[in-house]
This record gives sequence, C-alpha cells and structure tokens, in this order.
Amino acid sequence: MKQLFVGLTGNEAVATAFKQARPHVAPAFPITPQTEMMHKFADFVADGEVETEMILVESEHSAMSAAVGASATGARVFTATSSAGFALMWEVVYIAANLRLPICMPVVNRALSGNINIHNDHSDAMGGRDAGWIHLWCENTQEAYDSALMCWRIAEHAGVRLPVMINYDGFIISHTSESLNILPDEDAWKFIGPKDVGAGYSLLDVENPITVGPLDLTDYYFEHKTSQIEAINNSPEHIAAIFKEFSALSGRTYDFIEEYRTDDAEIIIVALGSTAGTAKVVIDMYREKGVKIGLVKIRVFRPFPVDVLRKALGKAKVVGVMDKSVTFGGFGGPVFNEIRSAMYGTANPPKIHDWIYGLGGRDTDIAQIESLIDQLQAIAGGSEAEDINMLGVRL
Amino acid sequence: MANLQTLSKCEDLLTGGHRACAGCTGSNILRQIMLTAGPDTVVGGATGCMEVVTTIFPYTAWKTPFIHSAFENCAATISGVETGFRALKQAGQLPVEREKMNFIAFGGDGGTYDIGLQSLSGAMERGHNMLYVCYDNEAYMNTGIQRSGATPFGAHTSTAPAGKVKQGKEQHRKDLTKIMVAHNIPFVATATPFHWKDLAAKVEKALAADGPAFLNILMPCTVGWGFDPAIGMELCKQAVEANFWPLFEVENGHYKMSKKPKEDRTPIVEWLKPQVRFKHLFKPGNEAILEEIQRWVDDEFTKVQTLCELG
Ligand SMILES: Cc1ncc(C[n+]2csc(CCOP(=O)(O)OP(=O)(O)O)c2C)c(N)n1
Ligand code: SF4
Ligand SMILES: [Mg+2]
Repeated sequence: MKQLFVGLTGNEAVATAFKQARPHVAPAFPITPQTEMMHKFADFVADGEVETEMILVESEHSAMSAAVGASATGARVFTATSSAGFALMWEVVYIAANLRLPICMPVVNRALSGNINIHNDHSDAMGGRDAGWIHLWCENTQEAYDSALMCWRIAEHAGVRLPVMINYDGFIISHTSESLNILPDEDAWKFIGPKDVGAGYSLLDVENPITVGPLDLTDYYFEHKTSQIEAINNSPEHIAAIFKEFSALSGRTYDFIEEYRTDDAEIIIVALGSTAGTAKVVIDMYREKGVKIGLVKIRVFRPFPVDVLRKALGKAKVVGVMDKSVTFGGFGGPVFNEIRSAMYGTANPPKIHDWIYGLGGRDTDIAQIESLIDQLQAIAGGSEAEDINMLGVRL
Repeated sequence: MANLQTLSKCEDLLTGGHRACAGCTGSNILRQIMLTAGPDTVVGGATGCMEVVTTIFPYTAWKTPFIHSAFENCAATISGVETGFRALKQAGQLPVEREKMNFIAFGGDGGTYDIGLQSLSGAMERGHNMLYVCYDNEAYMNTGIQRSGATPFGAHTSTAPAGKVKQGKEQHRKDLTKIMVAHNIPFVATATPFHWKDLAAKVEKALAADGPAFLNILMPCTVGWGFDPAIGMELCKQAVEANFWPLFEVENGHYKMSKKPKEDRTPIVEWLKPQVRFKHLFKPGNEAILEEIQRWVDDEFTKVQTLCELG
C-alpha cells in the first residue's frame, strides 16, 4: 500500500480519518478547539465526499444523547468535544458506556472552567476517566489520525463494544500543521470495514423489540456493573490485535505504551499527549551528556495498562510522572495516582514523584523539562523531594 | 379515524403488570397512544414515573423497542434514533425493512417544561420526524411531588408547600403548548386520556405530519393531586369543562378548538375541590387565591379562544 504524505492539522487529520470511516450519524456542537474538526467534516458532507447525517444539536448534552439514540439503532456514530462541552455531556458519557455503544469521540483537550480558558490541559478528559470509555492519547497529528482510524475497530469489536475517546491536545495538536502519512480512502475502508448493524441489538428491530436503559435496582445493578468492568478488562487482548494489524499495515508501531530510550534508563519520565514529543528532545540532550534517562508515553490510559507499565518502570530508580491536570485536595494527579498504586508491592519499586504542569495551556518548553530532569537526577542521587510538585508555575 | 371497534382489535403494546399506582391515568395515556401508533414504533422515555413503572429490570411493559437514557434528554435521544433510521435506510442497512416508522418520546412535565425544554426545543427546531408527548401531571411525581413549571397556582407540593404563611405555589404554570406552537412545527395539540377519540385522532395526525409534532396531555396523578383513585378520568373531563385544560390543536400554525366549549363553563372550584393539593385554598382567608385562579383560567381560555376564532 502506498500512503499519502500530506500536511494537516490534528483536527483536519481526524476529520479525514472519520470521513474514511463513513459514519452514518454525527451529532455536533461547537467548542474551541474542537470546532475545526467538525467544520472540516461538515465540508466533506457538503461536498458529497461522505454520506453522514449530521445532527446540529443545541448543546453537548444533546450531542451525546443523540449519539446514544443513533448508536442504539446500530448506526456508526461519532461526536467531538472539548472542556466545558465534555463536562456538560458528562452524565450521558457514562450512559453511553453502560449501554455498550461503540461511539467514537475526539476530546480535543482543553482546560476546564473556571476561570474560562481555551488552551490545553487534560482536566476535561481526566474528569471522565472513570466513565467506562476506552481512552487513547495522542502525541502528534499522525497519532491522532491513526487513532481516529483504529478507534472504530476497537469500539465495534464484538469482544469490546465500548465507546472510545481519542484525546489530542488542543491547539498544540489540533491547530498545528504537521506532515503525516495517511491511508488512501480504499485502504482505510478496507481496514475499518462497514458497521455490522445486525451484530448487536438494534432499537429499529421492531420484530424483536428490546428495552434499553431500564430502571436497575439493588437486585441487578451491581451485576450489570460487574459485566461492564469485565468488558473493559477484557478489551486489551482485542486492542492489542488491532494495534498489531494496523502497525503491520501502516508501518507505524502502536502499543499501549511507547518506551523511548528506556532500555538501560535509571530515570524515566511518564507523560501523555504532546509533551511526550518535547520530552524526547530533552532526553536526547541528556543522553548526549551520558544521563541514563528515558520516557514512557501512555497511549491507552483506559483500560490502564498495569502489567506493561510495571514491566517498563520496574527497572528504573526514579520515575517522574507528568500530570497535566489536577485533583484538588487529592494525592497528586490522576496519572501519578495510578502509577504509584500500580508499582506498590512490586519488588524494588522506583521512587515515584509527581509534577503538575501546563495547566491552562502554560507552555511546557525545553527549559521546564530540563528542570524536571535535574530534579529527578538529584532524587536519584539521594536527595529528598516532595511527592507532589509543580512545574512551570510562578510561586 | 379511530373508533372503539378498531381500537379494541389493535394489539396492546403496553402490557399490564407495570407498577403504576392504582388509579394512575398515565398508563391509559401510554396505552391509548400505542394502540394508534402500532408496532412499528420506537418509544423513548424520560426519567420519571412512566419510565420507572414500565421498565423495572428484568421486566418491561413495552412490546415495542424502548429507550430510556436520562431525565432531560428524551427529545435529543429520540432525534438520534430517528436520524439513525434515516441514515441506515439510506445505506440499505435497516435491520428490518420499513418505509416508515414512528418515533415517540414521552416526558413528564418536569422532563419537558423544565429540565428537558432545551433538548425538546432543539429537536423540534431541527425538524425530526418525531412525536413528543408531554404527560403533564403537574409536578415532579417520581421524586416526591415537587413543584414544576407546570404546577398550577396555589397547589401544595413538597417544595412549595402550604404552611402557616405560604399557600402553595406562587406562580401560574407556563404555557408550554404555545411555546411549542412558536416553534412553527406542523402539529401541536392538547389532549386528555378521557377524551380517547380526540386523543387517537390527534396521535394519527401527529404521526402523519411531515416533521415534528407535540402533544401536551393532562394526566391526573392520584398520589400527587390527592384524589380518590376512581375519579382520575372524571378530573380530566372536568378540567376541560372548567376551561382549565382546553382541548385544541394547532395545525401548521392554525388554531382550532377540538371540542365546542360549554356555554357556561364549570367554576374552577369544582375541579379544585376533590384534590387534596388544593384543600388549603378553601380555608377562610384564601378566597383571593381562588379568585385569582378563576381569573387566570378565564383569561387564558379567552386567549386560546381568540386564537381559534382567528383560525
Ligand atoms: C439530571 C437529573 N436531575 C434530577 C433527577 C431526579 N429526577 C428523576 S425523575 C424526576 C421527576 C420527574 O418529574 P416529571 O418529569 O414531571 O415526571 P413524573 O415523575 O411526574 O412522571 C426527577 C427530579 C434525575 N434523574 N436526573
Ligand atoms: S405517583 Fe402519580 S404519576 Fe406516578 S405512578 Fe403514581 S399515580 Fe401515576
Ligand atoms: Mg410530572
């Protein structure tokens, strides 16, 4: 297969992938920085390049509600949002997962209000990390595009049937033109394939009527939640197979995490999203100086890849977790929380510390990551440090 | 046009055995509408009494497909189902071949006048082929009889109770039916389950309309209103005769009375009296409230009548 080498913003790349997936229905409501993704997709519809029924709803709550209704018919459905839009649809985000509806949704990550801020951090998606969706996180435009192709296979897989969130950083990825390789339409379609409407239950099957979303009380709710837990816990096997297939097809390797120069690393930084790219550059600089440092980038945050992370981080002396969101009054950011508890009880666990950074889109530059690595080196050398730290804030 | 003979031969699409209170008029509304709509219908329910009493897992009273998602989003949810139908039909991927299907959303007054108004307004404005039915029992019944935007002036509810210094709700209900007319949709009407023939005819028109339709249906609730479970239907009849709930329809913007109003309308106190929620209004000192209710009923009725005369 010959891929096309193009220059696109993250939003354009995701819209292109979604066009190639030929969705039946797409409810949409504007919010920066997700807007341009929907503009681009609407252009594809207006030009007849894809036959999708767009539902131009009056709010994100209705966007997710309409997505639930449409997906329950068996249709292939996506919507997209950011920040306050995600917060507004939060109630229904849980319902989509509970109903096992394979909806795909880019969350173009942006800080939550208040104060209102349109720039990137991860508070929106992290606020919905426990809603039952599969979370893919992207470092750049290429990963955003590839994720927007793979998400359909994951969500609609008979062994998964769960909604998938594709997280990519607002502006940094969504609005930045990068070069990337995209699949020709026919090859993308061959990979994704048509939605198997008959495979699940359909609300439109009036000959076999079903009741969706009943009142579920003390006698059954717990069992239903348990089956939902099982579904997401069983998904890695299928996600892994889809990653493998796509890696072979595209020549780009995908896994639950990406390890960068971790082989002999004594210090490992954990990050997700575009910061991973900046971290790689700084890690190269320190490697030149002989510092044994590497990066673990989390690609799939839900289901949380405990085993691979234990393996990847188990060899390190010190782990510095970067959290681009905050849990007020909690013990560190959500990524730190999970990493620390995943490593607890393993043999010789590394020292693990947290750095909250980049809130409200505060630029995370090379100097900041240098300062982080300097602190990690000091810890490796035996210095005491706080569990939870801030990076790049004026104190 | 529906008659008893034909309706009695239609399959009941809402089974008995649901958990509605004895004397609840809500299940009558659902049953009657479904008799007219028939089996090629997908139903949506907003959180509220009717959803709760018909779908307690592992049972369901629905013999047609049914979806409940949340309280405030029934219109948006059904708009998604309707769009899914059109898209799958276009793609030749319908699970069962149908040229046309009905999409009906049911919401209580809380789910419609209040928390679901935005979702409803959006769905109507977008022009989906769907019927939205508000079953209006004039309070949030499912959560314990709290006041809603549909609760009448003076009614006792658990959040606006009658006490030593307050006499129940201090506002009149909002005119949701007219709000829906203002959406310029093809069909809007009021109804009650007592006037079954009128209701069936309106459901037929609503489902035949090219675009969205809205029905506002008065639904006496024995628990919330406090009346003898035997008289729910009687209260529907009286509400119309007292001009409290005039029966009218608005087709493509044109108002029409569905039933010629009686020359001498029943005084509103006759309708209020059998209901415990209005009991305090009959205490000495509350005469002005009763007068205000009567004034409001007469004013509102005159407005509707004038619109109907204009046609
Ligand atoms: C977002 C949200 N807020 C509040 C509730 C609680 N709640 C459930 S049903 C209900 C009242 C429903 O009232 P109405 O729509 O009038 O229907 P009824 O119960 O009277 O039939 C409320 C307040 C909820 N389920 N969801
Ligand atoms: S509380 Fe009222 S509305 Fe609810 S089921 Fe009982 S009678 Fe019907
Ligand atoms: Mg009510």
